[in-house]
Amino acid sequence: MPGQEIPAESRVNYLNASYGVKSWLLTTDHKRIALLYLGSITLMFFVGGFFAVMMRLHLIEPQGALVAPETYNKLFTMHGVIMVFFFLVPSIPATLGNFLVPMMIGARDLAFPRLNLLSWYIYIIGAAFTLYAVISGGVDTGWTFYTPYSSTFSHTSVIPTALGVFITGFSSILTGLNFVVTIHKMRAPGLTWFRLPLFIWAMYATSIIFILGTPVIAITLFLLGLERLLHIGIFDPAIGGDPILFQHMFWFYSHPAVYIMILPGMGVMSELITCFSRKRIFGYTFVAFSSLAIAIISFLVWGHHMFVTGQSIYAGLIFSVLSFLVAIPSAVKVFNWTATLYKGSISYDAPMLYALGFIGLFTMGGLTGLFLASLATDVHLSGTYFIVAHFHYIMVGGAVMAYLGGIHFWWPKITGRMYPDGWARFAALVIFVGFNLTFFPQFVLGYLGMPRRYAVYPGEFQVLNVMSSAGASILGIGYLIPLIYLLWSIRYGPIAGPNPWGAKGLEWETPSPPPTENFEEIPVVTQDAYDYANVGGSRV
Amino acid sequence: MTGLMQTGFTDLAAAVATIPIHPTSASSIADSVDHLYYFLTAITLFFTFAIFATIFFFMVKFRRRSPDEQPADTTTHLALELTWTIVPTLITVVIFVWASSLYFENSRPPEAATEIFVVGKQWMWHIQHPEGPREINELHVPVNAPVKITMTSDDVIHDFYIPAFRVKKDAVPGRYTSLWFQATKIGTYHIFCAQYCGADHAEMIGWVYVMSPTDYAAWLSGGARNETMAQTGERLFTQLGCVTCHVADNTGRGPSLVGLYGKQEKLRNGDTKLVDEALIRQAIVTPNSIILPNYPPIMPTFQGQINEEQVLQLIAYVKSLGTEERKTNGK
Repeated sequence: MPGQEIPAESRVNYLNASYGVKSWLLTTDHKRIALLYLGSITLMFFVGGFFAVMMRLHLIEPQGALVAPETYNKLFTMHGVIMVFFFLVPSIPATLGNFLVPMMIGARDLAFPRLNLLSWYIYIIGAAFTLYAVISGGVDTGWTFYTPYSSTFSHTSVIPTALGVFITGFSSILTGLNFVVTIHKMRAPGLTWFRLPLFIWAMYATSIIFILGTPVIAITLFLLGLERLLHIGIFDPAIGGDPILFQHMFWFYSHPAVYIMILPGMGVMSELITCFSRKRIFGYTFVAFSSLAIAIISFLVWGHHMFVTGQSIYAGLIFSVLSFLVAIPSAVKVFNWTATLYKGSISYDAPMLYALGFIGLFTMGGLTGLFLASLATDVHLSGTYFIVAHFHYIMVGGAVMAYLGGIHFWWPKITGRMYPDGWARFAALVIFVGFNLTFFPQFVLGYLGMPRRYAVYPGEFQVLNVMSSAGASILGIGYLIPLIYLLWSIRYGPIAGPNPWGAKGLEWETPSPPPTENFEEIPVVTQDAYDYANVGGSRV
Repeated sequence: MTGLMQTGFTDLAAAVATIPIHPTSASSIADSVDHLYYFLTAITLFFTFAIFATIFFFMVKFRRRSPDEQPADTTTHLALELTWTIVPTLITVVIFVWASSLYFENSRPPEAATEIFVVGKQWMWHIQHPEGPREINELHVPVNAPVKITMTSDDVIHDFYIPAFRVKKDAVPGRYTSLWFQATKIGTYHIFCAQYCGADHAEMIGWVYVMSPTDYAAWLSGGARNETMAQTGERLFTQLGCVTCHVADNTGRGPSLVGLYGKQEKLRNGDTKLVDEALIRQAIVTPNSIILPNYPPIMPTFQGQINEEQVLQLIAYVKSLGTEERKTNGK
């Protein structure tokens, strides 16, 4: 490709096409909006992470080493709210998805560029409300906002927090709409559904959950606000309401939300595994349809959060069987990724190490889900540290690993620069070790019976808690290292070139960083995704 | 130096060996739950190890040997896809059947179970024995006898959890939930609140004392002479003025409560309802939601005037007025 040899600086691209704060804050370029999101969610990640570090330090001693119980309760609440609603939910879709969906399908932007910018502003307004809640004294309901504690008993800033989450939901809905329309209507000529990269399938499945699920959490939090302000009684048993109804409504969104967090990660995985083994994905249709299957079944499993609420045992049976069912498509994906490696040409660049870390941690997270879908064992394990460990293996071991893998993979495309590979591999290793040391002991703690959300705990649990806290400090350092070298690379990293990994996919057929319009000419697609066997492993 | 290191290692090994990995098991269901837990652990370890080993093997065997290496194209393999879809499905069916049947057994209290009442309240457990004794954050039970815990909450949702018995159930305001256990080992075990309930959630803990039958009998009759729950309920029944309408011979403005518990009552709207704890509670708290054909809806609500423990005492009194034999003891 001509222009390949020209250094990034001297060529007009989306980063240097215009300058000034205004050119960023009023941009409708999906790539710039992706970077606005990247900056915002990175900030939220480190705010949420700070709360986690405080919690783990506090738990070094059984009687609590650092803060009062009320403060501890606020720490875990703010950690959960920020990480779930302001980091994990938008993480891959709003950054990598925003950047890559148009590029991967050969489009010049999303279908509704201004709506896309509006999504970011809505996110910022929501985040501002929630951060205001932190500053104005915090909130102590847990990220699950269970009634009647949240509606009647808590004296903290429940309404600003819930309002923040409520508002941010609209940003998800608009992003989901934008992706669905874009994927349907704006694919390049020749790019049929079954030639789409699996990342696009994953974004499509995620968008469906955004659109169908997010309104339900909005309604739920709206009712919570009404209950708190006007005492309408919908969740108050004293005047005929039902506090358990809140849990039904909350989990009807929040269980699918788990898949909002992990499906995009699975999409990233399919891109990484194929590129770094130079192989077409094993079982494309199985991987693609498993994303849709997960999106659909995820709406039918919410009751497994409520096995011990006194819900009917027959309802328990139905939700148990459906929960096992949703595990199957995830297992299918893991097997297909593993099989993709077979007879491949595997390299160990940093993104691949994150990808392999993902497979390991996600497998453990998924399998430990079986303990919780099983009614008899769930009775013992629900509400304990086993739950905490399980969902962190999925959402941090899985989703965050995939997010970091994706960031490392597409960083040269986004910035035009390479980061130091040695440091990146080292960070992947530190994160993997730190993660396991943090969360593996929590499985044991849960089985021993230690309940979650305890500011103080019986002394016999101390050794495992100290191990977990030690792991958390390693993990915290592991997350800081990439922040440093990635920022460093923006200025000092070597020029990456359009396709440093020899990857397939339309986004690699344009310069790095891409021009504002993405492609000089809209490409015509004649190949399947991941057709690495074609044309000697390099680009078309 | 070597010696020092050796002691270091021995110390470390000793320290690792003391890390608890298994909770005490002290109930009739604990072992069966643990067996399922071990099976699931074995499945988890097997698949995790199998996938790790496969990936590791592929990573070494198929590592990139030259920068422009070109592997052969991937072939599709329908049989393999179906195998790894169907085999995990079958495994989950086995787990589902095992876990569900165990859960099913564990959720039905034996007929002979002694009933004890628990009210969760920020941030303590109020416990009442039908024989009269009341305790806070302590629960005395006899060994080898089934005990049914019926519970509710005075404020937010709590969760009554005894890890050593592998039982747990939410205590939900406005309704009764229950669990049962049969302790198998004399000893003292943790009670935890396992549903976050506010500032002192972590202090909402207590102890179960499992005692020999003779010790338990001595404990029940020991201390200050208590009246039974039903007697307390009777006193309340008079104090609150219930007795002026609910006259035993059915001549009052309200129905007689003699022999009511366990009956199927026909309501004015045509529904027939079993008179159980939940219905009696409903009648006390929201009387106008249950209107009988021959009585005017004139009963005042007692919501806010009595607490959940007093409701339970009133129920105990109503039950003591004679019970219809309950045909279906489903719950």
